[in-house]
Amino acid sequence: MSTDTPATSNNDAPSRAELAARIGELEEELASLKDDKTSDGNKMSIIATKGTLDMAYPPLILASTAAAFGYDVTVFHTFWGLDILHEEHSKDLKLSSVGNPNMPVPNVFGVLPGMDKITTSMMERRISDNDTATIEQLIETSLEMGVNFQACQMTIELMDYDEDAFFDDVETGVGAATAVEDMANADIQLLI
Amino acid sequence: MWSSYTLIGRTNFDRLIIVDQLFFSSITMSSDFDIAKTLDCKGESCPMPVIKSRSAVDDLNSGEVLEMISTDSGSISDINGWAKGTAGVELLEQEEGDDLYVHYIRKTS
Repeated sequence: MSTDTPATSNNDAPSRAELAARIGELEEELASLKDDKTSDGNKMSIIATKGTLDMAYPPLILASTAAAFGYDVTVFHTFWGLDILHEEHSKDLKLSSVGNPNMPVPNVFGVLPGMDKITTSMMERRISDNDTATIEQLIETSLEMGVNFQACQMTIELMDYDEDAFFDDVETGVGAATAVEDMANADIQLLI
Repeated sequence: MWSSYTLIGRTNFDRLIIVDQLFFSSITMSSDFDIAKTLDCKGESCPMPVIKSRSAVDDLNSGEVLEMISTDSGSISDINGWAKGTAGVELLEQEEGDDLYVHYIRKTS
């Protein structure tokens, strides 16, 4: 079908038969597009900014589950999210009840020395009692599923982390522009 | 009158339970599908059943059927959604039992 202006003579106008054929083609294409399932070829981009024990779960669960759908997933970790990719720190993520009205501990107790540790253990016990996957397991699973983990270079330097301290498959030397480019090409973009 | 009603209701209910256990536990568990692999995800919760199902299906040949057993009540919706949104995977059937959820998934790619 040409995209010429309609100012041409009537002899160039397509016949009914041609139009009908074209409509048929378009209908077929539309049907096949609708059939196309969510997954393959689709991309998900997650920016992970938090590093507490509870907030480490959403990016990892979403990333690994999207990978199970066939999504090409990239998780860009920055600021506290770096702790999730840090080999040592990720085994030791903490949870505080201070300023967290969702938790049953009042702030006046939460600020006492040692309370963060108690809150963290409470959470960890819940996790193991429910057979919920641990952060370590989720990271391992995500890597197995082909999730791309990136660690923001600027915050690596800001936090004074050693690049070798991250898991082997983590990509470093990337910054905000990489993240923006990735998000621009993704079908789902999330900031956590 | 009420007590005789509950007696009848109870008897029928018991009968229903027996029928359920007879039929569910023996006949429907070994269903009509030719199972290529059985994946035991009992005790695991989201997202592991979906993720493990994905890996298990990847290891199958095209046309083969995976039987996945889960104790996760969310797995009915999760596996359904996953199969709908994932190319190369077809959900054949799902069964609910006593805290047990069995899914039959065929690899179509």
